[in-house]
Amino acid sequence: MATIAKEHLTKEESLIEELGFDDHFHDHHHGDKYQSNFITTYIFSQDHKMIAKQFLITGMFWALIGASMSIIFRLQLGFPEESMAWLKPLLGKWITINEAGIGTLAPEFYYALVTMHGTIIVFFVLTAGLSGTFSNLLIPLQVGARDMASPMLNMFSYWFFFLAGLIMFFSLFLSTGPFSGGWTAYPPLSALPQASEGSGAGMTMWVISLVFFVVSVLLGGINYITTVLNLRTKGMNMWRLPLTIWAFFVTAILGLLSFPVLVSGLLLVMFDKGLGTSFFLSEIFIGGAPLDHVGGSPVLYQHLFWFLGHPEVYIIILPAMGLVSEVLSVHSRKPIFGYKAMVFSILAIGFLSFIVWAHHMFMSGVNPWISNFFVLFTLIIAVPSAVKVFNWITTLYGGNVRFTSACLFSIGFVSMFISGGLTGIFLGNSAIDIQMHDTYFVVAHFHIVMGIAAFFGMFAGIYHWFPKMYGRFMNETLGKMHFWGTMIGAYAIFWPMHYLGMAGVPRRYYLFSNFDTFSHFTEMNKFITVAAIIVFMFQILFVVNFFYSIFKGRKVTTKNPWGATTLEWTTPINAGHGNWPGKIPTVQRWAYDYGKDGREFISQVEPLAEGEEDGH
Amino acid sequence: MDIVAKENTFKRSKIHPKKFALGVACASIVMMFVALSSAYMVREAQGNWVEFAIPTKFFFSTAALLTSSLCLHFSYFFFKKEQTVLYRSLLTTAFFLGIAFVAFQYQGWNQIMLEAGLPLGANPSADFVYAITFLHAAHVLGGLIVLIMAMIHAFYLKHRVTERRKLRFEMTILYWHFVDFLWLYLLLFLIFHKM
Ligand code: HEM
Ligand SMILES: [Cu+2]
Repeated sequence: MATIAKEHLTKEESLIEELGFDDHFHDHHHGDKYQSNFITTYIFSQDHKMIAKQFLITGMFWALIGASMSIIFRLQLGFPEESMAWLKPLLGKWITINEAGIGTLAPEFYYALVTMHGTIIVFFVLTAGLSGTFSNLLIPLQVGARDMASPMLNMFSYWFFFLAGLIMFFSLFLSTGPFSGGWTAYPPLSALPQASEGSGAGMTMWVISLVFFVVSVLLGGINYITTVLNLRTKGMNMWRLPLTIWAFFVTAILGLLSFPVLVSGLLLVMFDKGLGTSFFLSEIFIGGAPLDHVGGSPVLYQHLFWFLGHPEVYIIILPAMGLVSEVLSVHSRKPIFGYKAMVFSILAIGFLSFIVWAHHMFMSGVNPWISNFFVLFTLIIAVPSAVKVFNWITTLYGGNVRFTSACLFSIGFVSMFISGGLTGIFLGNSAIDIQMHDTYFVVAHFHIVMGIAAFFGMFAGIYHWFPKMYGRFMNETLGKMHFWGTMIGAYAIFWPMHYLGMAGVPRRYYLFSNFDTFSHFTEMNKFITVAAIIVFMFQILFVVNFFYSIFKGRKVTTKNPWGATTLEWTTPINAGHGNWPGKIPTVQRWAYDYGKDGREFISQVEPLAEGEEDGH
Repeated sequence: MDIVAKENTFKRSKIHPKKFALGVACASIVMMFVALSSAYMVREAQGNWVEFAIPTKFFFSTAALLTSSLCLHFSYFFFKKEQTVLYRSLLTTAFFLGIAFVAFQYQGWNQIMLEAGLPLGANPSADFVYAITFLHAAHVLGGLIVLIMAMIHAFYLKHRVTERRKLRFEMTILYWHFVDFLWLYLLLFLIFHKM
């Protein structure tokens, strides 16, 4: 393996030969316990690159399920009069058919669908599928490590995620249905089995699934942090890290500090639900009879939940931001603008995300005086966010931009992040939130700023690093169709929702036909639903492109097809276990030397020339 | 030549990455208890809060856990000194003191239930103590499993002081001390709040 014919060495390869760090990785043959047979290669793999693919494909599976659910409830919202009898074979008893043959969706199941959609997309797709995929793939490759600090824990991280998914999946088939109290699982809906059908076994399975999920996040996060801090190659100081790594690193810290708080909250919910305590349940009457619970505080749960919940939204968006920064810089052939400002913004956002949680609770009866502080901190978050937006646009400005699918999705990300960020500033004002809270305005806000934006970041990452993952390219034509369909379609879905929200249309309602005030929105709801179906079709196109390209895509012929500076592109096209066949590259410069000294790009392994200054 | 030799011994930090990783995990566990203690304080401030004395058994359990930690520490000392008998017996003592801790906690719960007359569900003041100590005990149980593994190593493997085994042992100690200090924190928290 280590004997590459000398004359075929590229410049980077000979630099690694010359300056690389020899850790004798390939000397002692440990019989390659990592990749010796089918099971250890593809299933219980401990190789970070394979685990990344596992996260990605599992995430895609869940994305399809989560999106299909949204199509079903969008049909209900857009076309409440139409018969859903055709869904009977799939949904069974949740569709009731009357004598006239008209099928209706059971309201309980509508709520179950909304709840599952939120849970699945937020946790399984945009946390595990995004962070899990790219932190795993890129951290060891870009910091110059053979693998994660603990490949075994890394494997467990995936399998706990798998288990969490399995449990959630089974809960879909419970006779009482899956949990249906919203992805935030507020008590009393979550803590009272009597509250709704899904609050019984469905809720219990939801909690168990999420606890396994948290274990997965923690195992992953511990590895990411340790690897970034301890296993960077020689010369890779923190200021030479690509922004992707900074983003994954801060994301992992946020996860480690916030997810355990969710577990505490869920533990107390389960005590209330099963053991008769009253942490969150106050005096409640059901069917005229009082329950045993006295004096609990549902708002306390909201504090615990949103202490996770708000950092969680940044756990979702930060990795996307990291990916976008990298992709924009590579494809506009320019150094990222304001590297240090980008890093400090990531850190600032990470820090601030812990002190704004109560902006989700302005209308929950928290003291308005205390709300003021949360308004202030919330609006301050807009500052580092704006810095990042400014830097992305400036990176593009005057660049020699290659409009590849990856680049388009990154630009789309910036657009979405601006649109959704602006509405966040509206919501962050507690006075405006009186009108907006729990309306479609909020739905529009977070789908654009988090849902779509994070998906765009993920797509950018997939199109860009697909060659590294599978040694082939994805189809660019399909990729561009995918981009334009999704870009236009997503705005078509979510833009109108702002109007619904400003008119006061509440979120999480099954049917609006009893409200005359909202009757003129019928057409708009139809439009949104149609747009959603079209966007869904475009995602199918993506999935087809993805799997087709794994097997039939255009082959990558050079190690560094995009002409990028970072270390992952110095590994062989289909890198084996240990990533580099010989020595580990050492790092000589920062990650963004594009268009410097008349050269298109300068790899991180190339030493600084005499008198040349490093980066920034 | 010199430079190569230097590069070969290149290490980013003195602390082993796996130990560092365990430290990070502990920080994460701490957050869980920080959350619960904040919830405790918030709920306490809202009234309808029945005061009761800290069960005396909790002090017994504290003593057991502290001694256990100490035993484990010395066990490691004798492990490195290759004094097999002391190494094994102290490890075993540490393990059984850990079991004693859980047993005392259980008795402590009984005290709250019977002596203070606050069974689960009677008042959040006691419920919080149940929930917090239960979650802590779960982490001690995890530690006991680790100790069982350490004992299997101690009794079935030949006593040899290798880097690998030292690392493993040190990580066991780190975790066990961690649950120990965590308990001290929780106990002090309760004492402080009941003063
Ligand atoms: C400029 C920055 C932002 C501000 C000021 C802001 C503000 C807010 C506020 C005040 C709410 C609560 C609205 C209500 O329920 O009445 C909210 C909801 C939400 N925001 Fe943002 N936001 C910002 C950026 C983001 C980002 C970057 C994300 C995700 C990546 C995000 C995700 C969410 C989510 C998921 C919700 C709704 C959760 C739910 O109720 O189900 N926001 N935002
Ligand atoms: Cu928030």
